[in-house]
Amino acid sequence: MTPALNLLVNGEPRTVPAPATLADLLRHLRLDARAVVVELNRIIVRRPELGRTRLSDGDQVELVHFVGGG
Amino acid sequence: MSEPLALGGREFRSRLFVGTGKYRDPAEMVAAIEASGAEVVTVAVRRVDLNRANREGILHYLDPDRFFLLANTAGCYTADEAIRYARLAREAGFNPFIKLEVIGDRDTLLPDVAGLQVAARTLVQEGFQVLAYTNDDLVTALRLEDAGCAAVMPLASPIGSGLGLLNPYSIRTIKRRLSVPIIVDAGVGTASDACVTMEQGVDGILMNTALAEAQDPVLMATAMRLAVEAGRAAFLAGRMARREVAVPSSPALGMLAS
Repeated sequence: MTPALNLLVNGEPRTVPAPATLADLLRHLRLDARAVVVELNRIIVRRPELGRTRLSDGDQVELVHFVGGG
Repeated sequence: MSEPLALGGREFRSRLFVGTGKYRDPAEMVAAIEASGAEVVTVAVRRVDLNRANREGILHYLDPDRFFLLANTAGCYTADEAIRYARLAREAGFNPFIKLEVIGDRDTLLPDVAGLQVAARTLVQEGFQVLAYTNDDLVTALRLEDAGCAAVMPLASPIGSGLGLLNPYSIRTIKRRLSVPIIVDAGVGTASDACVTMEQGVDGILMNTALAEAQDPVLMATAMRLAVEAGRAAFLAGRMARREVAVPSSPALGMLAS
């Protein structure tokens, strides 16, 4: 059995195969890294770092983008 | 009339800033923004909805090369929360401008002016160009200017209320006493509100609901563009004095014998 990481992504439980980086998570969610900003455990991770940033079990990830607003 | 608006080291031709929320559909939003002539367009920072097939953000519809994206911290109730949203917005990589909102009351959406000042100071130190949404209180506006804000954005009336300019005196006083640009943000309901607001001498207006909730947002956007220009021109022209008595416009001399 492949080891898995249990994450909290945008407040929802998500499981990804281990090992995984933030770039892997975005691919898994079919999100374009250029269109989102990523926070890992409340710290912003810049785009060049996404492929180098390993996820750990229990990590909290926030994926945000711009929406309509006033 | 045509002098550009200098703000945070940038220059803008249009004094009308518009929001992108609450439109019935994205095509109508884009058409309204184009009709408004606005260059500065506000956006909000939110979680990507992972459970929807259509996860397009606003940039799918708005070309960031054509519009100046002004991210906001709408929905934030503490300084820490607003600072977190501002940092996320800047990381999107467009510009260091932030429309700072720290809301203090869920019913009126009036600002928490203490939290606002704390957040403004921190963000200015971090290199942001802070445009602070605030109430129409002079002392708070002065403190925000002292904190280094690039602009102060007092409300005409509460967000989304469409009540128009409730206190022209307060807005004039803020404009008279501060050196940074004053952009009236929130409360404008229709074109006459925008015109009267600009006639107070402020540097610009930001609006969203007045366009998005008009029966015809594109036509209202045209009306607002003209109203902002008309109000600015009237302010610069300098209005005539008010009199409590009539003064005839036609000569009193040369009347026929009765």
